[in-house]
Amino acid sequence: MLRLVSLTKTYKTGDRALSEVSFEVPAGQVVGLIGPSGAGKSTLIRCVNRLVEPTGGQIFLGDTEITGLARGELRVLRRRIGMIFQEYALVERLTVMENVLSGRLGYVPFWRSFMRRFPEADVATAFALLERVGLSDHADKRADALSGGQRQRVGIARALEQNPELLLVDEPTASLDPKTSRQIMRLIKEICEERNLAAIINIHDVVLAQGFTDRIIGLRAGRVVFDGAPSRLDDSVLTEIYGEEDWAQMRRAEQEDEEDARAEMRRREMMAEAR
Amino acid sequence: MPVGKIAGQPVWQHRTPRARLALWAGWLGLVALFVYCWQVMTETTIWAFVHDAPAQAVDIGSRMLPPRWGYIEKLLLPLWDTLNMATLGTLLGVILAVPVAFLAARNTTPSVMLLRPIALFIIVSSRSINSLIWALLLVAIIGPGLLAGIVAIGLRSIGFIGKLLYEAIEEIDVSQVEAVTATGASRGQIMDYAIVPQILPAFCGITVFRWDINIRESAILGLVGAGGLGLQLQASLNVLAWPQVTMIFLVILGTVVVSEWVSAKVRQAIT
Repeated sequence: MLRLVSLTKTYKTGDRALSEVSFEVPAGQVVGLIGPSGAGKSTLIRCVNRLVEPTGGQIFLGDTEITGLARGELRVLRRRIGMIFQEYALVERLTVMENVLSGRLGYVPFWRSFMRRFPEADVATAFALLERVGLSDHADKRADALSGGQRQRVGIARALEQNPELLLVDEPTASLDPKTSRQIMRLIKEICEERNLAAIINIHDVVLAQGFTDRIIGLRAGRVVFDGAPSRLDDSVLTEIYGEEDWAQMRRAEQEDEEDARAEMRRREMMAEAR
Repeated sequence: MPVGKIAGQPVWQHRTPRARLALWAGWLGLVALFVYCWQVMTETTIWAFVHDAPAQAVDIGSRMLPPRWGYIEKLLLPLWDTLNMATLGTLLGVILAVPVAFLAARNTTPSVMLLRPIALFIIVSSRSINSLIWALLLVAIIGPGLLAGIVAIGLRSIGFIGKLLYEAIEEIDVSQVEAVTATGASRGQIMDYAIVPQILPAFCGITVFRWDINIRESAILGLVGAGGLGLQLQASLNVLAWPQVTMIFLVILGTVVVSEWVSAKVRQAIT
């Protein structure tokens, strides 16, 4: 579905962000992209929809070669790729509905988007998506009135409003607390299963990546150093990707976090029942 | 070096001894320059006039008071002209300044090499010439009257609005633009959905602020023949009708206070 062939990006400063990255993602597969800061994870997913221009190699989405598309063709292609961002990247001063509908901008002419007169089907889809991500009551609120987790849900709805074939997800949980992070990752995973969507998720949190992806790709200094099932991600592989560290301790800490979250949930449920 | 060692103990100082010396020398130079300038400045002052100043001020003051209250009747129409001149001038300025600002902002300009310098030049030249000078030129070109005043106010406003607006455009959050671009939006749609919502509060604030300044400026443009209160001021000054001058000052003061209040309210409401 998505195919990268020796993708290379060298910035004008001479920094080589990606060297000869090649892999293929079939439809419906959720790929976790892990690696230390500066490994080129962000650059990689931005090369896929050419928010960053690659300097070498090729990218194919289905039969279309993304590298080498002219500006107009690129716009049409971008409709097929949804993107979810680290700090949500919602347009803060627009309403939730406008933000979700902005996912249709590639499909509607300028005057329709300017007058905010989107086709009825688009609006119906937007309502359905808000319902799916659990924000039906918030359609009319301004985006900056929502909490972090809610905003990321709007971000997900906006990406899905495009009716994409591929999701690019850039650090979706970096600004969220552990519990909300898990909920958001679970939501992304479920949605990908429902729609047979492929996704590439940049993620710092190794334990989250293992829990919610089908495949892990490890990036170090712009090169793929690991590509395999999440279960194969052991201490030696982590050391290969990130360098020396006590990984067992990280797993224990994560487990404690999770247990805390579960205990908190149980406590709330008990309180709700008591009422 | 700010971090050094004295008797084996690390010490930290804000500046190196050399930097401190340079700083002192700099201040000394500034004081010397000030003393010198003061001498040049007062060389041609005729001190007899200066000694006389308090007496003169009292004299003019006594002639200006009380204001001629009845004169207000004749000021209402010029006041209305002044307000219109300021408002229409601001409108003209906004219409011209918005495209200039988008051309001048580094992140929205279509060409950094050619169009951006042109836009910046327009902004600088508009800002470097005072409204009064613009009006002087325009009265000569399109004749005396309100139109010259409106155009003068408009031309002066381009620089002010253009500069503040393009700075606001350059400070927007890039990730929102990135997100809208990623949906496949066109240039126009990116502007409408990602850029305009972010700069709208700044834009309203800048416009109302400029309108407030323009009311003050248009009140005196009549001095060079561009209509409004200034024209009455000119006429009254010419015939040494000091009580009328006072009345005009009071009207200008009142108008400015009201416009400032309106602009403060509007700016409060939009954030």
